[in-house]
Amino acid sequence: MSIASDIGSKGRSDDRRQKLFAGINRASAWLGALGLGWLTPLLKIAAGDNPREQMGELRDSLVFPLMGIVIFGLAWAALAPQVQTSLGAIPGPVEVWEQAGALWQDHVDEREKEAAFYTRQDDRNAKLIAEGREDDVKFRGFTGKPTFIDQIFTSLKTVGLGFAIATVIAVPLGIASGLSRPFNGALNPLVQLFKPVSPLAWLPIVTMIVSAVYVDVNDAFPKALIISAVTVTLCSLWPTLINTALGVASIDKDLINVGKVLQLSTPTTIAKLVLPSAMPLIFTGLRLSLGVGWMVLIAAEMLAQNPGLGKFVWDEFQNGSSNSLARIIVAVLTIGVIGFMLDRVMFTLQTAFTFSSNR
Amino acid sequence: MAPLGAHAEMLDVEKDELKFGFIKLTDMAPLAIAYELGYFEDEGLYVTLEPQANWKVLLDGVITGTLDGAHMLAGQPLAATIGYGTEAHIVTPFSMDLNGNAITVSNAVWELMKPNLEMGADGLPQHPISAAALLPVIDQFADEGRPFNMGMVFPVSTHNYELRYWLAAGGVNPGYYSPDDVSGQIGAKAYLSVTPPPQMPSTMEAGTIDGYAVGEPWNQAAVFKKIGVPVITDYELWKNNPEKVFGMTAEFVEENPNTTIAITKALIRAAKWLDENDNANRLEAVDILSRSEYVGADAEVIANSMTGTFEYEPGDIRDVPDFNVFYRYFATYPYYSDAIWYLTQMRRWGQIAEDKSDDWYADVAKSVYRPDIYLQAARMLVDEGMIAEGDIPWDTDGFRPSTDEFIDGIAYDGRTPNAYIDSLPIGLKTGETAASK
Repeated sequence: MSIASDIGSKGRSDDRRQKLFAGINRASAWLGALGLGWLTPLLKIAAGDNPREQMGELRDSLVFPLMGIVIFGLAWAALAPQVQTSLGAIPGPVEVWEQAGALWQDHVDEREKEAAFYTRQDDRNAKLIAEGREDDVKFRGFTGKPTFIDQIFTSLKTVGLGFAIATVIAVPLGIASGLSRPFNGALNPLVQLFKPVSPLAWLPIVTMIVSAVYVDVNDAFPKALIISAVTVTLCSLWPTLINTALGVASIDKDLINVGKVLQLSTPTTIAKLVLPSAMPLIFTGLRLSLGVGWMVLIAAEMLAQNPGLGKFVWDEFQNGSSNSLARIIVAVLTIGVIGFMLDRVMFTLQTAFTFSSNR
Repeated sequence: MAPLGAHAEMLDVEKDELKFGFIKLTDMAPLAIAYELGYFEDEGLYVTLEPQANWKVLLDGVITGTLDGAHMLAGQPLAATIGYGTEAHIVTPFSMDLNGNAITVSNAVWELMKPNLEMGADGLPQHPISAAALLPVIDQFADEGRPFNMGMVFPVSTHNYELRYWLAAGGVNPGYYSPDDVSGQIGAKAYLSVTPPPQMPSTMEAGTIDGYAVGEPWNQAAVFKKIGVPVITDYELWKNNPEKVFGMTAEFVEENPNTTIAITKALIRAAKWLDENDNANRLEAVDILSRSEYVGADAEVIANSMTGTFEYEPGDIRDVPDFNVFYRYFATYPYYSDAIWYLTQMRRWGQIAEDKSDDWYADVAKSVYRPDIYLQAARMLVDEGMIAEGDIPWDTDGFRPSTDEFIDGIAYDGRTPNAYIDSLPIGLKTGETAASK
């Protein structure tokens, strides 16, 4: 009796463990997508798995990458002071970290100035009301400078807009050229022609055209934002277009034939057969596009002096103060981290919308 | 005086949200000070200040209306109004400063120049240094088949004319402009080209140019970076010469008369603050200018010239108390004779291709420089107790007295521009064109 109950309870705890591990394994796909794959072995050890088995995994996913970063940091710290520029030695990690702090402090200070600005405005308005001049009361936005943090959000907004336009253009075109050989034939030379064009070449054309066409400027979408975003669109739509076309063209012919037998309408075919099959490649294209877009954006902002991280870098280069290099490096690292995070977000979406790499 | 004591009489401004452009130079100080000390707000103006990539972008911004006004080279409103370069009617009610520029050469050129210089008893070179000391260096470059390149910031910039003045006074022909060739290098011994101010030191470091004329802090920056040596300040070239102006389109001024007066009031107050009590506020100004949103260079570099000294070679620091003048000597008043001097230089170097009458010079100056607006603003400030009656030249006819305080001692009288043009040794004279040279 007691033995039987022992077996029963062991079975139940085994069952729980199995469920726990299954859960961890399911989560690990998501963790991997988010760049947190090193959490999986740690979770397994915490759940009571044999630590030795997990150590190898942990070493590959956590220890080696950390070592890479540490070695890079040490090499940077050791080599940077060796190079003397006219702005002083190239800053090492410590100086860069200090400037990151200074930039954050700058942001905090600017917000305080903003609060003081609104207090002054309120005082002025209160005085006007007290004098019976309600008509003269005005509410105006803060006129201070954009801080580093503000510039990050400006850049994200710009790349988001450019990427959205690129997606809206590239996915339908890609589907059409994947489905129709004549259409593909017509589009292909144009893709080949425009794909290698640099953002710096597009920019003057885009600037002139947007300035001419976009006359009624909306406050939420200033001209500079549209110019940068359209430049991003022109450079980043190609990977999505090409991958979508490829994904659509390589659908299993049997599936298409089944569709024909069932006499599905074109929209239904696209929605039920084409899109689900082409999804993995479409997402691959979107990921590449977003990466290209983010890279292109900084160049466009630098050249056009449009607000964003690119302008921050250019202004610092022009400032030529002894802190400028460290600040530019902060911007470079920020650009890298944000680029990585954008890629992870797209990869996570891909994982969410596609169940396997091919269907 | 309480800086934020908003007892200014607020005008009924037509447009209260304004965007002004500037170039990262210390002489944009009146704009930064008017913003930081709340002078714009006192006038009911909500101003955003935006650094611009170069003078061309800035000018286009004002013409297309992206910018409501800007810190400008004095030559820009004049050239735009007479249609040299982009044509647009730009006016100025406010002159931003006197002096503030210098000419710098690379270390290599300086070493070659040194043997040609007269040394003082202290072993340091005697100032002002003439371009005659540069002449053998340029000849040496020519013998080696290398062009002698120098940077200035814009074809109609003060710096272009100052650099040309200095070179010509020392016997070096800087070349002419013609309607067909706008490079300005016809018959040149030294080749001048455009580089935006903040890029001057790095362009010289890269070897693209051998020297440059630019405003501060980009000459002192060359000293701090140990890449070049300023040879002469513009104060030594022409004592208290006019420099930047605040420019707006004529259209903007016509549509927004009260706004224009309000802007001018705020700027006059800022200029006064900058020079008050023997430059007592300059260190505070340096602190503001060194912020990354304004000039952004290190405070110690900016302080060098802003506090009345100038460092030539490293360690050779000399007093130049009037290096930057913002208010003294009626610096803010837009004198017609200042405008006419720029026009004479445009004619001298062929940017104005044909002869013009003396009246033409006066007429152009009167259509661009607007002392009427300036005097209205100043009168209001006097009434409000912000400035003293004696700070403003109420009775002037707009012409400064004739002066010969130039490096070559040639007298300039704004009433007789053609006679002045003819008296300059190198340059186009009456009846000449670049083609006939």
